[in-house]
Amino acid sequence: MSSRLAGADALESRLRAPGTAIVPYLTGGYPSLAVFGEALSALSGSEAVEIGIPFSDPMADGATIQESSRVALEAGASLDSILTTVQALGRVGTELIIMSYLNPLMAFGYADLLSRLAETGVSALVVPDLPLEESGELGAVSREHGIGLVQLVSPVTSQERLEVLGKASEGFTYAVTMTGTTGGTIGGGEEVTGYLDRVRAASRPPVLAGFGVRTVEQVRALGPHCDGVIVGSALVEVIAAGEDPVEFVAGLKP
Amino acid sequence: MTITTETGRYGRFGGRYVPEVLVPALTRLEETARLLLGDPGFLTDYEAELATWVGRPTALTRAARLGEAWGGDLWLKREDLAHTGAHKINNAIGQALLAREMGAQRVIAETGAGQHGVATAAACARLGLDCTVYMGSVDIERQAPNVERMHILGAKVEPVTSGDATLRAAINEALRDWVTRPETTYYLLGSAVGPHPYPWLVRELQSVIGREARQQMLDRSGRLPDAAVACVGGGSNAIGLFHPLLDDPIELIGVEAGGTSPELGRNAATIGRGSPGVLHGSFSFLLQDEHGQIQETHSVSAGLDYPGVGPEHAWLAETGRVSYESATDDEALTALYELGRHEGILPALESSHALVGARRWLAEHPGSSVLVGLSGRGDKDIDILRGLAR
Repeated sequence: MSSRLAGADALESRLRAPGTAIVPYLTGGYPSLAVFGEALSALSGSEAVEIGIPFSDPMADGATIQESSRVALEAGASLDSILTTVQALGRVGTELIIMSYLNPLMAFGYADLLSRLAETGVSALVVPDLPLEESGELGAVSREHGIGLVQLVSPVTSQERLEVLGKASEGFTYAVTMTGTTGGTIGGGEEVTGYLDRVRAASRPPVLAGFGVRTVEQVRALGPHCDGVIVGSALVEVIAAGEDPVEFVAGLKP
Repeated sequence: MTITTETGRYGRFGGRYVPEVLVPALTRLEETARLLLGDPGFLTDYEAELATWVGRPTALTRAARLGEAWGGDLWLKREDLAHTGAHKINNAIGQALLAREMGAQRVIAETGAGQHGVATAAACARLGLDCTVYMGSVDIERQAPNVERMHILGAKVEPVTSGDATLRAAINEALRDWVTRPETTYYLLGSAVGPHPYPWLVRELQSVIGREARQQMLDRSGRLPDAAVACVGGGSNAIGLFHPLLDDPIELIGVEAGGTSPELGRNAATIGRGSPGVLHGSFSFLLQDEHGQIQETHSVSAGLDYPGVGPEHAWLAETGRVSYESATDDEALTALYELGRHEGILPALESSHALVGARRWLAEHPGSSVLVGLSGRGDKDIDILRGLAR
């Protein structure tokens, strides 16, 4: 399957490296485009960084990312201005993942969007309100540009569906750790690790666990059952408090 | 006029754009709904509730004095006479029966004007189901009597302060609740919007309006009306009235909220002023900016104050079968007083938009007949009307 998608493949091999990847999530343009750009640049030692495109109606997000999205939009952030900010940084040493609800992508136009994402060096695209059945058109355009369309799975996804999504996913498989919104509380113990083991067994690309990851203890517990974790709400809170995101992310390394 | 694919498409509109975590719940709902809506036992229960608890069939009233003033034959399908005061109850009791059959531990709902919230609270009380209603804090203030009614009926009302604090924010919050407890919670969506199967399910449950009205027109006047008019927010009462009339030679007119002006942000005329996009799980028309961010809306009527519209309406607009226009706040208010003073009926602000469409139709087609879906009563709007009268 390799050499299929240049961007997605680069991300996959990066995530397959030994150790638990810590993938920081930044709300694009939060609290301002300038501060976002600085944070991204500072975090470029990470295997990958996920950039969230703020949306007016983020139905999968909890209070923290709802608020960071609202602030970013009020400060004038858009998909276009966020990509311009990223491009202005030149080559960052990290793989870039874009997370966006579908509507801002549709409004941009898929063909223009994917050329622009390819120019910006983006490896993969995560669209939380686009289940596999609806993803044909965007997936096809993404593939033309070597960019992976990531599938999300959840603890209530059936085994049968898990197998389908794990094969279809590109770049990585996003294992949502719980039923709930971003920043919620993860259940403990074997319920989560057993679920991650099932995802890993069914997934062709590496598996990243996300939603509610905020402590090094959690990373230690989840690490052996996935290829890495995405840290979103907790990191946004650190940025909101004006603290150092690099130090926080370094503190999560087991 | 049925579902054409498994993803619930109406032409290019509709679909199921939701987080993966909701896919199993929606699949289960679709399967159960298809089964039960074809099950004679379930339908007997549903029809018994409609007849003995909701008070169906609702009356068809000939508005002779107002018709004369407007220059034609005016008929009102009186959903304001349904239990809890609006058409919302047709859907609420149907879905509550489904929720009970599916073994749901709790029911959640969103509400704008509060009519769907009250209907859901009532249906849940009737069937012994736990009920939580999400309502924007702006709407809680402007529709206070309905909040009290929900409390009295035993529902919990969760104020929503995020986003624009109206119907759209309430739907977002209900969806967030649902993704947290998708296996034990039944989301009782109140309009013909949202991911498949909701637009279909809500239409099926509301089509009783059009079926009754069609028969009543034939029985009473010996013919079908020349036109039928309904207000459109999400569009549940309109699709309920229109769907059984689609194959008849009747002009169908949907009236959206024109607010205070045609400018973005000053109205809720989604089909008239919007563009295609995805919000709350379906592809339809939306009021959005060039970056795909959803815009705030304005209407004097909380029930129409929504930046999206049901996907079947988007399709009916695109095919031209239904024409959509808008009525401003002021036009709706004028029509409300006219109906009150000519016929002794106080309509909801939402329904008053439909009256504007009927008045226009009769002005352009003098002597013709028009059927109005009078979706609800205006008691809930007394505070707003008193404020505006000052």
